[in-house]
Order: sequence, then structure tokens, then C-alpha cells
Amino acid sequence: MKIDLFTMPQFSLRFMPIWRRNFMVWKKMAGSSILGHLADPVIYMLGLGYGLGGMLPEVGGMPYISFLAAGTVCYSTMNSASFEALYSTFARMHEQRTWEAILNTPITLDDIILAEIAWASSKSLLSGIAVLLVVWIMGLSHSWLSLWIILVALLVGLCFASLGLIMTALAPGYDFFMYYFTLVITPMVLLCGVFFPVSQLPPMLQNLSSILPLTHAIDIARPLLNNAIPANLLMHVAILLSYALLGFYVSLVLFRKRLSQ
Amino acid sequence: MNVVLSARDLRKSYADKLVVDGLNLSIQRGECFGLLGPNGAGKTTTLRLLLGLISPDNGTLGLLDHAIPAQARAARLRVGVVPQFDNLDPDFTVAENLLVYGRYFGMRDAVIEARLPELLEFANLTQKRDVKVTVLSGGMKRRLTLARALVNDPEVIFLDEPTTGLDPQARHLIWQRLRELTARGKTLLLTTHFMDEAERLCNRLAVMDNGRIISSGSPRELIAQNIEPQVVEVFGDQAIAWANIHAAHLARRFEISGESVFCYVDDAQSLLHELQHHPQLRYLHRPANLEDVFLKLTGREMRE
Repeated sequence: MKIDLFTMPQFSLRFMPIWRRNFMVWKKMAGSSILGHLADPVIYMLGLGYGLGGMLPEVGGMPYISFLAAGTVCYSTMNSASFEALYSTFARMHEQRTWEAILNTPITLDDIILAEIAWASSKSLLSGIAVLLVVWIMGLSHSWLSLWIILVALLVGLCFASLGLIMTALAPGYDFFMYYFTLVITPMVLLCGVFFPVSQLPPMLQNLSSILPLTHAIDIARPLLNNAIPANLLMHVAILLSYALLGFYVSLVLFRKRLSQ
Repeated sequence: MNVVLSARDLRKSYADKLVVDGLNLSIQRGECFGLLGPNGAGKTTTLRLLLGLISPDNGTLGLLDHAIPAQARAARLRVGVVPQFDNLDPDFTVAENLLVYGRYFGMRDAVIEARLPELLEFANLTQKRDVKVTVLSGGMKRRLTLARALVNDPEVIFLDEPTTGLDPQARHLIWQRLRELTARGKTLLLTTHFMDEAERLCNRLAVMDNGRIISSGSPRELIAQNIEPQVVEVFGDQAIAWANIHAAHLARRFEISGESVFCYVDDAQSLLHELQHHPQLRYLHRPANLEDVFLKLTGREMRE
């Protein structure tokens, strides 16, 4: 029997011990990790929100710092998942040979990829909660609806973890990830309405923006922080989930190919 | 049946290069079986095929009553692996490495914790229990890797070059531990290119080259089948000139490697007598060993 590269993923609960392993590693440096999750958004929101916001009238019908808060939530969660799925996953796969050790046990590659996505999403979830706390403490949102941000963070995590893993599966080394951050992540941040409304862009770039996942995440997060139910909620969720599932499958096929060499 | 591992007509190629070429293997319960071969002979690929980590292009494989790779997960539950390269978790202590690895087998924490003292004792690491693995010596890391492979109390243990890179003291300790495992009835499959290791540990050996098994049997059988019983090694400036005149008719066979001449003989008397006339030549008379067999079967040229 030949294991086909394109076989659908075989899910099992055996991914859980890998998630726990990553959690155990994380716990050893939880302090600095949480500090990073908190400090980054605070610096952005204070610096840009008050600095730039002071010179601006309302943006998108709200004070600039509130506008920026939703962007920051999505931007931070995207970054958390991406860094984990690129650099940390690559270290586990390549440098530390952690996967090689795991594959000698009853765990399969499908379990490992599921665990990597679950773990990177967990980091996003944590980052989302951290930013939400900052938003609340700064008094930028008073809505119970903002609690849904926690689920949005998880969704953004699933999406960008899966997309990031595609790069990891293709990467010859760490330098390769610069392409992804320079050519994908940075343009995405500028095109998807983190710092300014998408409507400011020329029509062609607006069209491009409409297919990028971060746009849909922000379209969910921004109303929630402003006490409104997002328009076209199901569509946005479906698009993010589709990116996640597609990324999962493509990365799994690529990892199977890479590790069968 | 007492066959725990079998491979029939196994084939695997990468990008048109045949790495495993019609390999047949059958290993009995309780055996220590050695797979010998130069670098690139296909040893590691064979191990990966047997574990179901890669799929063969052709052939059938069985491991502990499970068809491989179809039921590899079930088979690996009862197998331990000591890999060629260190892949311990650098972020964890010795005990944490064992705990986390046991969880991969679905073992509960309490069960793993109960096994820890015995595993640490086996690895001579009881004192290092809470030390990070990054500060361990190479020998300690190997022993921990061996203990980690035993966390699930496996019936079969795969060892891919278990002592490569270790100093003699560390190697002897590993050998002692591997003998203890066979004494407990475990089945061992090890790859190595150290002939003394194979000769000491293995009941049965297979010499592999270019993806095929070219000879197999017990260490004694391999020597008896493949090579003359005695060897005289002759060294020195004029060794080669001497060999071309004398060794040609005094030895059954001789080989030149650098400045040394290896003379293979059934009886060394006349050759040793002739050497008395050449005090400038140094020589060593010894029984033939596995290394001689290995070099005869796989050639003396470098493999890179």
C-alpha cells in the first residue's frame, strides 16, 4: 500500500501530547512571552493612536484610537500565529529534529501538522486576549460584544497558522521567511484596513484587499469592539475558515512530500 | 510465529536512484540483528521503511504481526527507536524528556512517572534527573535517548548507529546496556559501521551494499564463509615491493592499502618465516575478523 501525498488528513486525538509539549516549553518562558503580547499592542496604540490620532478627525465614524484598536487585535493575532508557524515550527521540524523523534512513536505527520496549527492558534488566542485586556483598560470598548474578539483571535490564528505552514514546508532555511513577511504580511497590513479604511485605497487595490483574509478578520473585529453585530458575518467567517482549511491541506501535502525524501 | 520482523523483496528508489533493491529480512524474537554497510548502503532507509515512515515502491513488510505501512501506528506502539542523530528536547530536563515522550505513546503521566526511576537507573542518569539535556555529555545524551526508546516497554528496539561519535568508555557502557536488553528477551535491530560492535553484540548480521544484502549469518559464519582464517598486515616503506615479490606466492590473496599490505592466509607459518629476512618491515599477525569480511565484500574505496 502506498501512502498517497494527496490523501485527506486523518485526524486523531494523538495530536494532544504534542500540543502539551509545546505548552510545556512555552510555560518556561511565559513571562517574556506574555509581556511581548501586551507591550507590542500598547506601544502601537499609544504611539499611533494618540500621536497620529490627535491630528485626525474621526476615522470610519469613530475616534482614530478606537479604529486602530480593532486593527491591532487582528494584526497582533496574525503575527503571533505567523511567527509560531514559521520560525518555531521550522525549528521543531528541522533544527531540533523534534518531529523526527515524534514520528518514531505512534504519531503520524497528520497529527503533527494538526498540533502545530492548534498550537499556533493557541498563541493567537493568548495574544487576542492580551490585546482585548489592553483595549478594555484603555477604555476603548465598553461593549459585551467585544468578548467575541476571543473567538475572532482563534479564527485569525487558524487561518494564518495554516498559511504560514505552507511557507515552512517550502523553506530551505530561516532566511526564506523574510520573503513571506516582506511580500505577504507587510502588504496585507497596509491593504486590509489596520491603520486606515480600505476605502482610501485606489479601486484596484480595494479589489485585492477584498480577497485577503486580514480584511475579513478586521470586518468582524471592528464592529464588535464598537458594539455592533458585523455585517455579512457568515461570509467573513466562511472565508477565514476556507483559508484555514486550504492552508492546512496544502501544507500537509507539502510536508508529506518534504519528509518522504 | 516467532518472526517479529520480516521484509520480502523490498524496493525503494528516490528520483530514479534505487536505494533499497530487493531486500529480504527475517528477524526472530530475542535476536540482536546487525545491519552493516558503508555510508549510503541503504541502512537508514531500510529502518525507515520497516517503521512505516516511508512507503516502499514494492515488497511486503511485517512488524510484530502488523502489515507495514498500513498498520504502522499499531506496530510503533510496541517499538522503541534510537535515532542516528540526537533529537532530545533541548528545552527540557532529563525527566521531562522521558515524560513528554511517554505521552506520545498515549501513556498516562502516573504510569510514566512510575517507570522513571527504573529508566533513569538504566541510563545511569538518576543524579541528572532534573538537569537540562543541553548540559549533558554526548554519552549521557545517548543513554537518555536509549532510555527514552524504552519508555513504552517495547518488544523491538531499532538502533541507528547507536555509538557513533562516542568515546570508548561511553561505547562500552552502551554495549553493556544493549546486552542487558537482549538478556531480557528484547529484539534488537541495529545498524553500525563498527565491526567490533557488530561482532560483540549481534547474533546475526547482514552486510548491505547498494541497497542489497550481500552476505548474512552469525559473525563466525560470515568470517568462515567469506575469508581466509588468518591475516598478516605488513607495514613499512618497502612493504609494497616486498608484497609483489613474496606475498604473491605465500598468501592466498593480498591487498594493498596505502603503505600497508594485508595478506590473507590459511596458515601463516611460511609467510612469517619469510618476513624474518626483512627486519625493516613491521608486521601484525592476527585472526581474520569482521572488518576484513566487510572490506572484502564492500571494497576499500571511500564512500562519500
